[in-house]
Amino acid sequence: MNSQVVTESKDSLLNFECETGNYHTFCPISCVAWLYQKIEDSFFLVIGTKTCGYFLQNAMGVMIFSEPRYAMAELEEGDISAKLSDYEELKRLCLQIKKDRHPSVIFWIGTCTTEIIKMDLEGIAPKLENEIGIPIVVARANGLDYAFTQGEDTVLAAMAQKCPESHVKQDMTTKNEAPYYDHPPLILFGSVPDSVANQLALELKNQGIKVSGWLPSKRYTELPIINEGYYVCGVNPYLSRTATTLMRRRRTKLIGAPFPIGPDGTRAWIEKICSVFGIKSSGLEEREKKVWNSLEEYLELIVNKSVFFMGDNLLEISLARFLIRCGMIVCEIGIPYMDKRYQASELLLLEKTCLEMGVKVPSIVEKPDNYKQLERIRILKPDLVITGMAHANPLEARGINTKWSVEFTFAQIHGFTNSRDVLELVTRPLRRNASLQQLAWNSYTLEK
Amino acid sequence: MKLAYWMYAGPAHIGTLRVASSFKNVYAIMHAPLGDDYFNVMKSMLERERDFTPVTASVVDRHVLARGSQEKVVSNITRKDHEEQPDLIVLTPTCTSSILQEDLQNFVNRAALESKADVILADVNHYRVNELQAADKTLEQIVDFYLAKARKYKTIDTTKTIRPSVNIIGSFCLGFHNQHDISELKKIFRDLNIDVNLVIPGGASVNELKELPKAWFNIVPYRETGLMAAEYLKKEFSMPYISTSPIGIIETASFIREIQAILISQGYTVSFEDYIHQQTKFISQSAWFSRSIDCQNLTGKRAVVFGDSTHAAAITKVLCREMGIHVSWAGTYCKNDEQWFRSQVEGLCDNVVITEDHCLIADLIAKTEPSAIFGTQMERHIGKRLNIPCGVISSPVHIQNFPLSYKPFMGYEGTNQIADLVYNSFTLGMEDHLLELFGGHDTTDALTGTLSVENQLRWSNEALQELGKIPGFVRGKIKRNTEKFAREKNLLEIKLETMYEAKETVGA
Repeated sequence: MNSQVVTESKDSLLNFECETGNYHTFCPISCVAWLYQKIEDSFFLVIGTKTCGYFLQNAMGVMIFSEPRYAMAELEEGDISAKLSDYEELKRLCLQIKKDRHPSVIFWIGTCTTEIIKMDLEGIAPKLENEIGIPIVVARANGLDYAFTQGEDTVLAAMAQKCPESHVKQDMTTKNEAPYYDHPPLILFGSVPDSVANQLALELKNQGIKVSGWLPSKRYTELPIINEGYYVCGVNPYLSRTATTLMRRRRTKLIGAPFPIGPDGTRAWIEKICSVFGIKSSGLEEREKKVWNSLEEYLELIVNKSVFFMGDNLLEISLARFLIRCGMIVCEIGIPYMDKRYQASELLLLEKTCLEMGVKVPSIVEKPDNYKQLERIRILKPDLVITGMAHANPLEARGINTKWSVEFTFAQIHGFTNSRDVLELVTRPLRRNASLQQLAWNSYTLEK
Repeated sequence: MKLAYWMYAGPAHIGTLRVASSFKNVYAIMHAPLGDDYFNVMKSMLERERDFTPVTASVVDRHVLARGSQEKVVSNITRKDHEEQPDLIVLTPTCTSSILQEDLQNFVNRAALESKADVILADVNHYRVNELQAADKTLEQIVDFYLAKARKYKTIDTTKTIRPSVNIIGSFCLGFHNQHDISELKKIFRDLNIDVNLVIPGGASVNELKELPKAWFNIVPYRETGLMAAEYLKKEFSMPYISTSPIGIIETASFIREIQAILISQGYTVSFEDYIHQQTKFISQSAWFSRSIDCQNLTGKRAVVFGDSTHAAAITKVLCREMGIHVSWAGTYCKNDEQWFRSQVEGLCDNVVITEDHCLIADLIAKTEPSAIFGTQMERHIGKRLNIPCGVISSPVHIQNFPLSYKPFMGYEGTNQIADLVYNSFTLGMEDHLLELFGGHDTTDALTGTLSVENQLRWSNEALQELGKIPGFVRGKIKRNTEKFAREKNLLEIKLETMYEAKETVGA
């Protein structure tokens, strides 16, 4: 592996590399797919070109036909050459959306094109907001700056600024509300399905910790109050901008914890929150153990098997850490972007997990180069490659088991309850291909 | 700006990539931001492609915005040249490069000096052309490039083959039933004793393109993509071409007769009449099927057709001329081909619709209430919501329209496929009849959801029961007509009598 970079500090075993950034991932505007479903009274307007529209249309498949609450504002030549007024055009479209759909909020998703022609979305939005009477939130989720799930990060960062502030000062602690301990308000951030949000809140409730609000909430009108001094904690590894915004702009305190993915991650996540509030956690060890026991049948399938993350959705570090704890050997962790500060606790847990499991700490390859990765895969012949759909079929045809990485972003993977779902995904290709073994051949290409 | 969440034809670069990656050993490099390489996913998923898609991006990121691509594009081209050793590298502009206005041609010129591969810049403008037009243009460009090159190096071969031969211009990845169509076309030529000189772009090597002029004539089975290349070959090498799509019995016959005329004009006496006759009567079942009593029940049933110009025009002709089905309207999203489309379907349908707006099509279908729709995946979903069956006849399509089994739309086997598709889309004739006679087996209370009418009228129990007896596929229509009738009469409740009255008055 070339382009080796000196490791962070002498104590750290982690090895970070950075390649060319020639890799396949989804465009960050894909975040509208899950965010419009999560925020029920929203409408997402993606301001871009046919290219963006075509991507959404194909990436979202069936969803497109169910009257989705998102649309393209498709830019035409007149928009690009500024023959048409952006303001007037956006006003016309937003009024139509207001008339047809009555949303409580319209999200404008800026794209590469609005970036390049420097369309002043942030400037236009407040004026138009006043004129049409619907809040407008601007997020620049473009492929120039971000990859896939980072789209959600840009949207949540923009929403964080819209969360109301309470002028009542006394709500700095929950007032001895049974069964909760007395602790400062805690806001969790990261979009997860409602049932998962409930599960995580319940886990914290079991420790006597109250979740005062979620960013995002089910409805835009129910955005949580965020005051200076509140505590915030992320549930997804790709939310570094949101975390920064919450800290710098909203003056909150960030609880830097590993992410609640896998039973080990979930336990560490809860323990970290407890420790910040000075609460002694209880029953977590047994809870974790019980979950591990229930995973036994899956673990048998993957123990000592090797896995290669090509990297495209930023969940890679947490997933790799969980799979190492499961007994897998991770060859490489590709990742689009590595925020070492936001993911600090997760990285620490990864290192610790490697030590405890007695395996080599895998290289973390930021901005990977898919071509070079494929060469490494050819040499290493991992038992499983976690990759995007562009490479999955060609790899399968060459006898390499693959799992599409995108499924991890759409499946429920957080908390104790959903650990099984992660392994269900990871083991699916192994189970399927085991059942096909009797066909007695593996490679479906002509090349040697 | 245009409010849209669905489009019939994709952006220009998709067309270029479809042509480039259809050739053997041609690599495309997109000048595009991260995430625009979505084409690779489509090819790998829809076509279940076993090989890596020969497309990568020269990523446009923040640095490129600030400083320009500089060496990046050139080094990406030369790197690919080294890694994959392709014959040709096509630098593909996207909407992003359209507005950045970098001098991509300059990069191409520089990279060409260092690469073993030929390097060209796809000459397409994102804001002027769509996927299909771009594919057409790119194919012409590549053909032109290699024929000009062959001329320059005097390697061109314009002597005609001894036996009659043909070039097929129109084999593409991600085309609607394209692979099957091409096989069927090859079969026809084998039957007619005509050699296939070259099939482009699918499976061809760019180095073979210099052989194109050896063929006696060209065919363009899909007019969206291929006409420009055929025109070019006609202009430069006086090669005649046929752009009739052999879809349906009548069109397949005219296609073969056109071939006959071309061969005769080139001094090769031949008659294909017997072949046409034999195939129509015995290989294709569709002519007999139209005659069979089963098909009588389709007479006068109303259908609507929408798709690309090739398929929409062809299916309209088949429905109308070969099956006696009434086509209420036929339409296409290929706006640039409006004139041709109108000329083809004029007189075969009540109305012609030219639009790219799927909402307009949805409303039109709801208003027309046809017995069946023949359209794209979008129309299939519109049909689902209206409870109207739909046969998919054109791109854009889903993975289920890339069937593993042999399902051509062209030629004589194609006519069988189309007949099956049409027949299965309408409710089976006899079953239809029996259902009406015995009140139907579907007695669920669920009344058909509609797009066009909101429900405020009250239905009496008896009337609801009666409505439930009506077969599912016409129930929605009868319900709407009855309600319309009731509204006109200012009735608040629909009784059994109202239904009968409506039936007598408006035929509901």
